[in-house]
Amino acid sequence: MTVARFLSLAAVAILTAGCTSNTATKADTTLTVSAASSLTEAFTALAAQFEASHPGVDVALNFAGSSALAEQVNSGAPVDVLATASQSTMDVVTAAGNATDPTVFARNQLIVVAPSSNEAGVAALADLERPGVLTAICAPDVPCGAATATLLEDNALAITAATLDPDVKSVLSRVIADEVDAGIVYVTDARAAGDAVTTVQIPSGTNVSTDYLAAVVADSPHPGLAGEFVTLLSGAAGRGTLAELGFLSP
Amino acid sequence: MTRSAMTERAPWYFVIPGAVAIAFLALPVVALLAQAPWGDLAALLTSEAALVALRLSLVTSIAATLVSLVLGIPLAWLMSRSRAFGSAWVRALVTLPLVLPPVVGGVALLLAFGRRGLAGQVLYDVLGIQIPFTTAAVVIAEAFVAMPFLIITVEGALRSSNRRLEQAAATLGADRWTVFRRITLPLVLPSIAAGAVLCWARALGEFGATLTFAGSFPGVTRTMPLAVYAALDVDRSEAIALSVVLLLVSVAILVSLRGQFLQGLRR
Repeated sequence: MTVARFLSLAAVAILTAGCTSNTATKADTTLTVSAASSLTEAFTALAAQFEASHPGVDVALNFAGSSALAEQVNSGAPVDVLATASQSTMDVVTAAGNATDPTVFARNQLIVVAPSSNEAGVAALADLERPGVLTAICAPDVPCGAATATLLEDNALAITAATLDPDVKSVLSRVIADEVDAGIVYVTDARAAGDAVTTVQIPSGTNVSTDYLAAVVADSPHPGLAGEFVTLLSGAAGRGTLAELGFLSP
Repeated sequence: MTRSAMTERAPWYFVIPGAVAIAFLALPVVALLAQAPWGDLAALLTSEAALVALRLSLVTSIAATLVSLVLGIPLAWLMSRSRAFGSAWVRALVTLPLVLPPVVGGVALLLAFGRRGLAGQVLYDVLGIQIPFTTAAVVIAEAFVAMPFLIITVEGALRSSNRRLEQAAATLGADRWTVFRRITLPLVLPSIAAGAVLCWARALGEFGATLTFAGSFPGVTRTMPLAVYAALDVDRSEAIALSVVLLLVSVAILVSLRGQFLQGLRR
């Protein structure tokens, strides 16, 4: 067993448990940012940038499925900034009055990933319909799952998934661990996985894109700082980092 | 409890933390019951998704209990009678799933029975069988975490049961199987029942190992706890309704085991 494989399995474990990952060190002010799983790499980098330009501020990151994060904020979780992977999950929070004026700061598209060995020979989206191709997708309640459902509907595909996972990183981990033959994830997740997966592009005409929105949470104890973090996302530095990781501009 | 112990005033440094402990344990249960959508409960629980999850949970938890009985009772007997099987190592191994975080159990099961796992690879390459993402995987995950409850309960009973009766039966010409069937089994039957109920309750509540090892798909692997988790993001009242069912089942289990637990207190 390779270390990478063990780590990817451990990642499944941690993510599916719905745990939060905090990058906390001792600092004067802690800005808590809850972000969609697919933003893991981007926000880890952006948080470091923010900390560098704001001495004494520590950014604590909490990654999970957008629906779970929205639910947490509505339940009064102490969060300063919320970033979701869809308009509808953000709407849940703004409708409850727990955030206002969300900003669309990036877009993402879907891609098919297969294990690096690709023994099932997945070469196109339609291959997922083939019997015997074990596929993991996101649950329809989270943005990646909603986008996946739209994608399959638009392409008139009916696939029976092996599992409907609570967030996109769980799907990716199952593919990397070679427990499934294919998965549908965001382009950015596939890029972050590098050689660990085989990617199968979905032609842009038939692909689906999803918007990323960020907002300052109404009860944030640090609304000023939270606002600056949201501004960073849409600014030149933020756009650059997001583009490098494969996100599309809004 | 004697009369003098009851009339003696308890010191405040026990009463205050004790009362806090009660409040701490009771509040979540009270909150769940207070916020339960009682009016819509019937409608929520007879929804397609809830019924599918309920049925799957019942089938898998009962199957896991049966697996535990078939494999666990013989192991409990061996542990109580054999030096090798009764060793500290075997005991530690059997106890491990009790203290192991279930999600770690799920990762371990994946590394053992996944199609790239130690045993799973052989199954997959030779027979083309893949265990994860099937109902069988749910049963395996549940049996893995629940079997220790049965083994430990039954082993304790076997250890403390009266061996003279078995020896007497053997002297009268009964073979070992007859002794086990006619003497040992009836003696420990109440403990087997208690162990099976505990085992079933643990299987019914299994979440982490199931999600990691078996995945989550309605009707195949999405049991009640997974359905609660999935519903929490979308339909809170559905999640609370399902939680209330699991809570009521747990209370029913406690009531059914009351005799077992109170026996010790009555003595």
